[in-house]
Amino acid sequence: MTDTTLSMPVQVAPRGRRIRLSVIGDHFVLILGALFMMAPIYMTLTTASHENLTIHREGLQFLFGGELLNNFDAAMFGQGGFSGEITGMSMLKNSLILGMGFALGKIVLSMMAAYAIVYFRLRFATFAFWVIFTTLLLPLEVRIVPSYEVITGLGLANTYTGLIVPLLASATGTFFFRQYFLSIPEELVEAARIDGAGPVKFFIDILVPLSRTMIAAIFIVMFVYGWNQYLWPTLITTDEGLYTLVRGIKQIRQSLAESNQIPAYGQAMALSIIAILPPVLIVVFLQNWFIKGLVESDK
Amino acid sequence: MATVRLSNISKTYPNGAKAVHPTSFDIADGELIVLVGPSGCGKSTLLRMVAGLEDITTGELSIGERIVNTLDPAERDIAMVFQNYALYPHMTVGKNMAYGLKNRGIDKATIAAKVDTAAQMLNLTEYLDRRPSQLSGGQRQRVAMGRAIVRDPALFLFDEPLSNLDAKLRNQMRIEIRALQRRLNTTAMYVTHDQVEAMTMADRIVVLNGGQVEQIGTPSEIYRAPASTFVASFMGAPPMNLIPAHYNGNGTVAVGSLSLPIARPADHKGEVVLGIRPEDATIGGTTPFKLDLIEELGANRLLHGTIDGNAFTVNAPNDDQPLATDLTLSLPNDTLHLFHGESGVRL
Amino acid sequence: MKRAAFNHRLLPVALLVPQIAIIAIFFYWPAWTAIQSSFYLEDPFGFGSTFVGTDNYTRLFASSEYLKVAQFTILFTVIITVFALGAALLLAVKADKVLRGARTYRTLLMWVYAIAPPVAGFIGVMLFDQNIGPMTDLFNWLGHDYRLGLNYMDTAFAMTITSIWIQIPVNFIFFLSGLQSIPQSVKEAAMIDNASPTRRFWETTFPLLAPTAFFLLIINITYALFDTFGVIDTIVYGNPASNPMTLVYKVFVDGFRGNDIGGSSAQSVVLMLLVLGLTIFQFRMLERRIHYT
Repeated sequence: MTDTTLSMPVQVAPRGRRIRLSVIGDHFVLILGALFMMAPIYMTLTTASHENLTIHREGLQFLFGGELLNNFDAAMFGQGGFSGEITGMSMLKNSLILGMGFALGKIVLSMMAAYAIVYFRLRFATFAFWVIFTTLLLPLEVRIVPSYEVITGLGLANTYTGLIVPLLASATGTFFFRQYFLSIPEELVEAARIDGAGPVKFFIDILVPLSRTMIAAIFIVMFVYGWNQYLWPTLITTDEGLYTLVRGIKQIRQSLAESNQIPAYGQAMALSIIAILPPVLIVVFLQNWFIKGLVESDK
Repeated sequence: MATVRLSNISKTYPNGAKAVHPTSFDIADGELIVLVGPSGCGKSTLLRMVAGLEDITTGELSIGERIVNTLDPAERDIAMVFQNYALYPHMTVGKNMAYGLKNRGIDKATIAAKVDTAAQMLNLTEYLDRRPSQLSGGQRQRVAMGRAIVRDPALFLFDEPLSNLDAKLRNQMRIEIRALQRRLNTTAMYVTHDQVEAMTMADRIVVLNGGQVEQIGTPSEIYRAPASTFVASFMGAPPMNLIPAHYNGNGTVAVGSLSLPIARPADHKGEVVLGIRPEDATIGGTTPFKLDLIEELGANRLLHGTIDGNAFTVNAPNDDQPLATDLTLSLPNDTLHLFHGESGVRL
Repeated sequence: MKRAAFNHRLLPVALLVPQIAIIAIFFYWPAWTAIQSSFYLEDPFGFGSTFVGTDNYTRLFASSEYLKVAQFTILFTVIITVFALGAALLLAVKADKVLRGARTYRTLLMWVYAIAPPVAGFIGVMLFDQNIGPMTDLFNWLGHDYRLGLNYMDTAFAMTITSIWIQIPVNFIFFLSGLQSIPQSVKEAAMIDNASPTRRFWETTFPLLAPTAFFLLIINITYALFDTFGVIDTIVYGNPASNPMTLVYKVFVDGFRGNDIGGSSAQSVVLMLLVLGLTIFQFRMLERRIHYT
């Protein structure tokens, strides 16, 4: 070690410096990127800590003020909307119901379907596969008008069923579990069959426990997806009692655009933070599962 | 414990591919029979049909007194050890072994006793609460064995159980499996592509090629009298030397300009294949041999060269003497094998 | 299907029925209705409809407004795809390279994924607001009289940059996991064969990332076409007429605000064909190459 550094000091030194420079460059780019990604949310948070009048006069705030708790309190518990029965709390509840209901429904339906497709000798398996996977072709946004008509026709407007179930009509989860099941070694089901496990036992004793991490991962991705739904809740819930937080943003946008007095900027920013926070916390703290779910489900 | 009888068992896949041609043999009570052959020869398919994991296209399979063709794998009173062990990754070693018993509705105390006995037999007692991922390859292999043992089945099925282990462990496990099977005296069917495994473990060997049985016999029968050139070249390491030759019916075979007397006259005249095991040829004799390369094996050495332009290998004791390029060999006439020139069948 | 599949008949059917039923009712039925009503002209007051053949389609392609929206959509899609992919690739390559703080950078760069597009749109509206937006101040300081919601290009700018902003994290996550799945031995072999880091990236790393990049290309196009709805809706709120919008947003505006069900359905069908084309292209490409594993 000592020998080499002594014998070639001239070559080692500039090389080391060049490497250090490029490392600094890497960090510079990353810090810049991180700032670009975080600055808008930071300003949302700082602005949420000021009085409406201050914001109205001076614009968005770069530093924290003293009104953070008041604004959050107003956003969470203040009555709003035409009926006055809508609060941050009620929207939070609805968002949770939508996120959870969507993620759970997705997992149950798609695991069942994928199990049937992968583990059974089914004459119309290919047909079922295509019936399900064609749904990957048409996002809800494209067929939004007829979907709305069909669901209101069924009397499902302003119900949790009407809110959640139509969103389940896609193949993403099924496709994911199919891929995962196919990757499980063939011999496991053979060993289980020799061990006397029928299809129900195999599913409950072996397949579900084996898929635990996968289920967790997909649950996180689906929860975030459900929580962030906007277009469908906007259309199907006209009853303010069913508004989700993300749907509530539209309401706030409206009140800002149409109000005659000083708009409630602080409260609006606080509500935005509330709408962002739960999925962000999940993504940050369950990061490894989340990335697994995201990267594997889209393959 | 049971005898197993395969009569005219065959497998044709829905797409028309014939994986196994009608095959018949019996496995005696307590016998270990090895199915050996290159990949794609149908040995695994045959085993899986016995297990009930693959439908039997034609023929009749009985285990003990029962015809089991239509029975579920779980109802056949068999246990199977898989190549990749197929342990349930989320269950502990103990639970892995107990799962099959639990599904049969056996009471907990009996299960615990059986698992304990098997664990002791396999030196797994201290690992019972571990997950398979926390075990080494050899230990996983033992758990797979344990899962088979606790069931106390009429028939063990082994599907290349050692091919995921390294060479040293493979030798050790080979002996352990064989000893265990002897001790339990359970009939067993063992699939491998490794001829050493087949020779060392089997009571009898079934050599398969292209979905057909080439030969059934004890290891020494297969070694001494291979039924075809395929068996001759597949069984034995290094493989038997096979040289195209001509037989004129008068007691000698002609290899090019050479003429070799044979002990046993055959009916067939014309093109033949002459077979000589490398260990049957000795240095010093009348047959000219051109030496190209020496492979040192320690006690022995392999001499690779040619006889009249045909590749030929000699397995000679290693006496550390330098060898010239041009040697002569003695090929005792009672060690020569003759095969039909076209069909490869033994003459 | 597995080799040793179970032989039951009713069980798999029972397992499939819920999923298929939901898809039939909430996917195939609406999709079929869209195709059907694209050939009808619906009375605005809901008193029946008349069959008009392909009139809705010819009307659509003759409409200069529709073509303008289509043009904007293409431009919008291209810009989002290029910038969201480019920025994410750059950041992922750097994040894969640094040793110190790699995990922190990953967290900081990906968490914005969890933000819903309309919330992002709303924050965008605040940042670019006429009265209180710091971005507006910045533009004014640079000498441009920035007017969100009034000036077409200004609105388009806010829309595009917000849409890029929330799309970077997904691309970043995929690129990073793609980079991390390149075997160490390949990286080492490249080190030995190729001295220049830049050439190493373009000649070894990037080709190995190609499947990921291609997949992301499709994802980003789909995103720009469909998932930006929330951003657009919050930004152009209340005044879609003079503002930029995408084809999907127009389906919604014509269907719900304009009550032109036939026209909106025809637009839906056009978009369906577009997605179909995109999918066929994707499968073709996947079949042909971009498979190194």
